[in-house]
Amino acid sequence: MSPLLEVANLRVSFPLARGVVTPVDGVSFGIERGEALALVGESGSGKTLTGLSLLRLLPPSGRIEPGSVLRIGGTDLLALDGEALRQARGRRIGMVFQDPMTSLNPVLTVGSQIAETIRAHFPLSAREARARAEALLVEVGLGDTRGRYGNYPHQLSGGMRQRVMLAIALAAEPELLIADEPTSALDVTVQAQILELLDRLRTSRAMSMLLITHDLGVVAGRTDRVAVMYAGRIVEEASTAALFASPGHPYTRGLLASIPRLRGPRQPLRAIPGNVPVPGQWPTGCRFRPRCDRVMPRCDTEPPVVPTAEGHTMRCWLGETP
Amino acid sequence: MTNSPAAAGPLLVVRDLVKHYLPHGLFARGHPIRAVDGVSLEVAPGETLAIVGESGSGKSTLGRTILRLEQATSGSVQFEGLDVLALDRRPLQALRRKMQIVFQDPSGALNPRMTVGASIAEGMHIHGLASSGDIPLRVAELMEEVGLDPEARDRYPREFSGGQKQRVGIARALAVGPSFLVLDEPVSALDVSVQAQVLNLLLDLQRRRGLAYLFIAHDLAVVRQVAHRVAVMYLGRIVETGPTDEVLATPRHPYTQALIAAAPDPDTTARPFKLTLPGEPGDPSRPPSGCRFHPRCPHPAKDDRCRREEPALRPIGHGLTACHHAAPNP
Repeated sequence: MSPLLEVANLRVSFPLARGVVTPVDGVSFGIERGEALALVGESGSGKTLTGLSLLRLLPPSGRIEPGSVLRIGGTDLLALDGEALRQARGRRIGMVFQDPMTSLNPVLTVGSQIAETIRAHFPLSAREARARAEALLVEVGLGDTRGRYGNYPHQLSGGMRQRVMLAIALAAEPELLIADEPTSALDVTVQAQILELLDRLRTSRAMSMLLITHDLGVVAGRTDRVAVMYAGRIVEEASTAALFASPGHPYTRGLLASIPRLRGPRQPLRAIPGNVPVPGQWPTGCRFRPRCDRVMPRCDTEPPVVPTAEGHTMRCWLGETP
Repeated sequence: MTNSPAAAGPLLVVRDLVKHYLPHGLFARGHPIRAVDGVSLEVAPGETLAIVGESGSGKSTLGRTILRLEQATSGSVQFEGLDVLALDRRPLQALRRKMQIVFQDPSGALNPRMTVGASIAEGMHIHGLASSGDIPLRVAELMEEVGLDPEARDRYPREFSGGQKQRVGIARALAVGPSFLVLDEPVSALDVSVQAQVLNLLLDLQRRRGLAYLFIAHDLAVVRQVAHRVAVMYLGRIVETGPTDEVLATPRHPYTQALIAAAPDPDTTARPFKLTLPGEPGDPSRPPSGCRFHPRCPHPAKDDRCRREEPALRPIGHGLTACHHAAPNP
């Protein structure tokens, strides 16, 4: 069976004064039905643009290059436009972002915003849509007696607003939920609540999920698989357990070694030298080469994606068996 | 962190510090925001005290009030024996050489129209610390000390990455020769791979210069890496404080326990559904009665006393905890 979501050779480019930059440069991955994949990367890695491409929500100057493949359940997302595209956003793919305040309409009650989304996708009366919106509020943990349906966004805390965004994303019953840094703006204790809610909803709705994050701590023990992005490309992909137990790519290893730990023996942090490169200033060959502690002469040519174990691949010459 | 240099006697002593913001403006009404509501702490020379809390805990206001960037409502701050809150403009100016701050957002903290070299030198000019002829050399030394190429001194902040800008911010603070730095979430805005570089730099500078840090953070794993002691704040009050290792290994306050349980952990392999803390950090203009944490507290012994009586910090284990039900042996 082919995966629910299929992304192949995705390239996203922007024309700039100094030339065309390609912040997403040949990204390929798949997500099975019911599966959760984490896309992990630092700033400028291209993880957010990858997510936006799936919804065709790139900024106006952004362009998905010919040769890119984006398919969900066999439907070619790049061939959709107008009403078909609008239906795909929501029915097939829902999305929540880091900052719920910018995605909510400040002058409408949160309940009516959920109901409006429901009616955009299902032929329901206003009363039926309201009942369904109220059920969704219960599902995301806002079903208390204080009438959240009639609240305006500014009356809610950050965590509550993120719950409303989830209700809106779920309103059209998507097959795939994209969550882009859904908890990065929240306090630690609230982050834990939202992540648990995401886990629960994903299971109860048998939904697939693409979790986009910079935080490996959020990913561990949560998603089924992880893809690590660096400089516009996926550099390693594995099951979550395998990635944390036996990371292969020097970048993944470096990232894990640079995270301070709350438990276990305390060790000096092994920082990755240098800076995260910005799109357009990527070196030739392996893009991690200038920061890599295992660099070899052949790294100035582009490394291939090689399997290192069953279901575990990396883009590094170290994976080549001599 | 181990080997706390606390034995040296305090550099900074804060007693019952209060900072309330009164509602202001044309339609001002309602309650004052009790951002910092009776905080006492000490920092020894060469020591790092971490202040940990979520939004509304008052941790940033605490740092700013200690430095007199905010006017304290009441309480006292003593630095090297001087009464900081009573100082006039001139002696305060002199004191500012000793107490500096590094902000979370390195972009916002630097003047975009000033070269980084000029930014670093600014404090030396203001305090008359070096003759104009010496300043270029001092700037070059400082840039090297924080891991920047002195050749880059004539470039502008926009040409630097986040991590490099934070290094500029640190060099700028060091330029006037302080003995104490308030570090307000200094690595929170940085990429993970760069965070570690800046944390290592801060540790290094502390060793070399004997600096004392008040390290304001929300990330307990970061705190564990850098702080000798930690104070956990909730709605304007310290709820638990003690040596970092003890507090993190055997937290006594239910809030500290919840913070540790909620922290994202890259070493987790399974994530069983666990009971997370309900609700969100409250509103500092209307803190709950009694123990401010009681509406969210999962402690099984929570009772009417928690709702009525505000618990004071008392010695439990290696530190102090403000909880009626905290046990010496958790």
